[in-house]
Amino acid sequence: MADIQKNSPSDVLVNPEKEYSILNLGPTHPATHGIFQNVLKMDGEIIVDATPTIGYIHRAFEKLAERRPYNQITPITDRLNYCSSPINNMGWHMTVEKLIKAEIPKRVEYMRVIIMELSRIADHLVCNSVIGVDTGAMTGFLHVFQFREKIYEIFEEICGARLTTNIGRIGGFERDFPAAAWAKLDKFLTEFPVGLREWEKLIMRNRIFMDRTINCGPISAEKALSYSFTGPNLRAAGVDYDVRVATPYSSYQDFDFSIPVGTQGDTYDRFMVREEEMWQSISIIKQALQKMPSGNAYFGDVPDFYLPPKEEVYNNMEALIYHFKIVMGETAIPAGEVYHCVEGGNGELGFYLISDGGRTPYRLHFRRPCFIYYQAYPEMIKGAMLSDAILTMSSMNVIAGELDA
Amino acid sequence: MMTKENQLQIAESLKAHFGDDILSTETPFDFLTITVKKEKIKDVVQFLYNDESLQFRFLTDICAVHFPDASEKFQVVYHLHNLVNNYRLRLKVNMNGEHPELETLTTIFPGANWMERETFDFYGIHFKGHPNLKRILNVDDMLIHPLRKEFPLEDQVRLDKNDAQFGR
Repeated sequence: MADIQKNSPSDVLVNPEKEYSILNLGPTHPATHGIFQNVLKMDGEIIVDATPTIGYIHRAFEKLAERRPYNQITPITDRLNYCSSPINNMGWHMTVEKLIKAEIPKRVEYMRVIIMELSRIADHLVCNSVIGVDTGAMTGFLHVFQFREKIYEIFEEICGARLTTNIGRIGGFERDFPAAAWAKLDKFLTEFPVGLREWEKLIMRNRIFMDRTINCGPISAEKALSYSFTGPNLRAAGVDYDVRVATPYSSYQDFDFSIPVGTQGDTYDRFMVREEEMWQSISIIKQALQKMPSGNAYFGDVPDFYLPPKEEVYNNMEALIYHFKIVMGETAIPAGEVYHCVEGGNGELGFYLISDGGRTPYRLHFRRPCFIYYQAYPEMIKGAMLSDAILTMSSMNVIAGELDA
Repeated sequence: MMTKENQLQIAESLKAHFGDDILSTETPFDFLTITVKKEKIKDVVQFLYNDESLQFRFLTDICAVHFPDASEKFQVVYHLHNLVNNYRLRLKVNMNGEHPELETLTTIFPGANWMERETFDFYGIHFKGHPNLKRILNVDDMLIHPLRKEFPLEDQVRLDKNDAQFGR
C-alpha cells in the first residue's frame, strides 16, 4: 500500500487571499491522449481547482443526422467512441430495428454479440494499457497492443475497415462472415488469453503500479450515481449496473457471464474491472461460438434495407430500382420515438430517436457516457497531484470523439 | 423489467400527487412517457427521487427537441431510471417563447450540469438556478442555437454553382 497520504477533495479549499499558479493542461498534450483542455489552479504540486473546456472536435453529429437517411448515419456513429466503433454501429442498427419492429434471426444476434465483445476487448485493452503507459510501464502496452491489431484484422475480414468500421447493416450484416474471419477468431481466442495473462502477471500485482494507482482519483458510489456514471467507472465504485444485464439486447440473456464490481472507485479498481470484463468477454464469445445456430442467415427480413445481390442489380430491373432506393435512403420509416441503449466500451450509450416518417430522423440524440461522467473530473482530481490527474483521466476512458460528438 | 401494471402504478401515483399538472401519459414502444407542466418539472423529479416506492434516482439523459410548427415550440425530454427495480421513465416538458425558461435539476442531480449546458447551447433553453449556464460544445461567441430547425444544413445540390465554369 502507498505510504503517501493523499488529500481528499474536501481537504482542499480555494483560499481567495492566496495567489495560485495557473497551469494549462492541454488542449493538445501528449499525456492526455486526445484534445482535452484543463485549466488547473495549482498550489505547488497540488491541484486545488480545475476547469475543463470541451468541444475541440465537435462535429455537430446530431445536426448532421437530421439531414441523412438512416443507413448513412452508421458512419457517424463510428466516430463517437472510435476505440469500439462496432458497438456504436450495432447500437444504432438496433435502434432503427426497434423503430421498424424488425425481427432479427438468432444467428445474426450471436454474430453481433461476438463483434461487440471483440470491440469491448479492444476498447478495454487500449484503456488499460494506456494506464500502464501513464505509470511508466511501456512494455506491457507494446505487448498487448498486438492483440488489438488481431481484433482489427478480424474486423477487416468482416467489413473491410479497421478503425471506423461501419460494420453491419440495419437488419443484419451485408454478407456472412468469411471463413478467414472465423479462422482468425479461433486463433485469437487461443492466443489472446495467454497474452492477457502474461500482461496481468506483469502489471496487476506490481508494487510500483499498485502504489501509483490505488487511491488515485477515487469516487464514491453515491457520487458516481449522482453524476450519472455508467459502465466500468460506475462498476468500479461498486454499483452493479450493466445494460447487458439490466435490459438485455441482442440475446445477451442467453449467455452466462458475471459483472465485476470494485469497492473504492479509484484508478486501480477501474483497471481491475476492465481486466475482468475482458475475461468475461472472452467467455461470452466462446459461448456464442458454441451456441451459434446452424444455417447461414446473416440478415433479418428487412427488405427495405437489404441490398439485392450485385448480379441481380446488373441484370434485373426491379433489383436495380431497389438498390437505388436503398442507397438513396428512400425507404419508408414509421413515425415514432424510441430510446435504445447498449453497453458501450465506457458506459451506457443511448440513442434517442424521433422519426416523423420522413427519410431522415426528425431528431437524434446520442447519450454519450463519457460526456456525462467527464464533468466529475475536476472533483475527482482536487487535492491530487498533476501526475495523478493524468492517470485519473486515462483510467476514466474519456474518448474525445464521444465527448464532443 | 417493467410491466404494464408497473407503468400504470407509476402514472397513477404521479397523478394522485400532482393532479392536473400531469398533462398526458403514453407508452410509445413500451416506454412510459409522461408530459408535465413546465412549472412543475422540478417538483415532479424531486418527488420521483424522494418517494420510497418510486426511487427514480438516476438521471440518464436530458435533451431538447424543436417543433417550429407546433403551438409549443420547444420540448425538453428527461430520461430517468430506477436502478433498483430497473424501471425507466421519460418526462416531457413543452414550452414556448424565444428564450424559454425552465428550472434546473442540478440541485437534485449534479450530473444534470453539462446536460443542461448542452441543451442551452444547442436550443437556447435557459435553466434557472444553473450554477454555470454557458455554452459547452460550441464557441462562446456564437450567436445562434444551432440545433433549432430554422438553421437548415446546406443543401446537397447547390444552385449557385455553374457547371460550365468547371469545364463540364
